[in-house]
Amino acid sequence: MPYVLSVSPDFTPKHIAGWYVFNTWLQRQTELAFHLELYDSFSQQREAIAEDKIDLIYANPYDAAMLVREKGFVALAAPLSKADETIIACHQQAPIENIEALQQGLKIVTTDDPDVHLMGMMMLEPADLNANNTDIQQMDSYVLVAKQLLQHNADIGFFLKDAYYDLSHLIRNELKVLMTSEIFIIRHILLAGPKLQPYHQQLQSLLMNMQHDSKGADVLKAMGLTGWEQQTQEDTEFMIDLMDTL
Amino acid sequence: MKLNYYDGTDRVVTIIDQEIPFPDGRLIVSRTDTKGVLTHYNQSFIDMSGYSNEELMGQNHYILRHPDMPRAAFKDLWDTVQQGNKWHGYVKNLRKDGSYYWVYAVVIPNIRKGKIVGYTSVRRKPSRKKINEIIPLYAQMLAKEGESLCPTF
Ligand SMILES: Cc1cc2nc3c(=O)[nH]c(=O)nc-3n(C[C@H](O)[C@H](O)[C@H](O)COP(=O)(O)O)c2cc1C
Repeated sequence: MPYVLSVSPDFTPKHIAGWYVFNTWLQRQTELAFHLELYDSFSQQREAIAEDKIDLIYANPYDAAMLVREKGFVALAAPLSKADETIIACHQQAPIENIEALQQGLKIVTTDDPDVHLMGMMMLEPADLNANNTDIQQMDSYVLVAKQLLQHNADIGFFLKDAYYDLSHLIRNELKVLMTSEIFIIRHILLAGPKLQPYHQQLQSLLMNMQHDSKGADVLKAMGLTGWEQQTQEDTEFMIDLMDTL
Repeated sequence: MKLNYYDGTDRVVTIIDQEIPFPDGRLIVSRTDTKGVLTHYNQSFIDMSGYSNEELMGQNHYILRHPDMPRAAFKDLWDTVQQGNKWHGYVKNLRKDGSYYWVYAVVIPNIRKGKIVGYTSVRRKPSRKKINEIIPLYAQMLAKEGESLCPTF
């Protein structure tokens, strides 16, 4: 049975191929069998985690608590200088200038991306808005979130910052950024499960050296990353604590 | 104005009635040991406090205490987190120059291997409406505390 690698379903579509290349690279480097399993939604992926079907996961910080504290996962690395930040945007011509001016009954478009949604809702608190006094619609992708804004079907949308800047110029020209989070410490992490325990160290040193090796650097590029950095157990515990306060 | 702290120390501060707005999109994060002594904080924490990194490290968290804050609020905070629970509330904080900033704070115990090893506070931009509701409430609490401290004859 191969070990199963999975990626948080919020990865940017243009990097899917990169994760397959990473899977192949990993097999060559470790001489272990890995199989990449992708899920369409966070709920499907969480089911698989609950059934212990995943051994290595590039996880959304929102899921880190469950993976570490309930499933015994350990962080191997974090993507180099890459944090998850949230953008709140509206239609270019919308008469909205700042968050505090937003009113109850606001129509929000979002995705099932859990950390971005959490940050987005938090950024609305200064306007006294929450799930009870707004109308929240969940879309399958950030492109669809943008479309809803362009078609005036919603007032504001939540975007992962990277995904927002992956939208075409044409689309972005029709949108207006109202606020960007600058939290810095909320980020995805690569976590390994109990079955991979004997290989944690080997995997960690491979990842740390990846950017210094020309093949490894190409693989990283295909994944949209520049490298990996150390993520200690305490770094992970702290991020989980932080998520818990949001 | 003289501020007295729980550990018997005091200091004199000048209070300025000027509010500094909470920076948009940011979180003000700090960690303390089990006694409330600062061990980690982020750049937003430094920026908003008005102190330098060197001035803050190793200080007790009460360096931010504003005299308009009732003691009962912090007693509730400490009672809650020492029992291993999450506390949240609105806090008016004092800056080095005597001006202030309002936050919505969540404080949690950092539990490692079943033991509380410290506390983390994450503060975010509060709703103005909530602040306006809490101001008279805190003033009332403060007045009561004043009475019990120096009873009138
Ligand atoms: C993690 C943590 C964060 C705290 N943050 C603040 C703060 O931002 N402002 C503040 O006045 N007190 C804060 N406190 C409470 C202080 O430790 C202290 O109890 C308070 O300032 C009142 O001072 P006193 O205990 O001397 O009366 C914090 C405590 C903890 C454990």
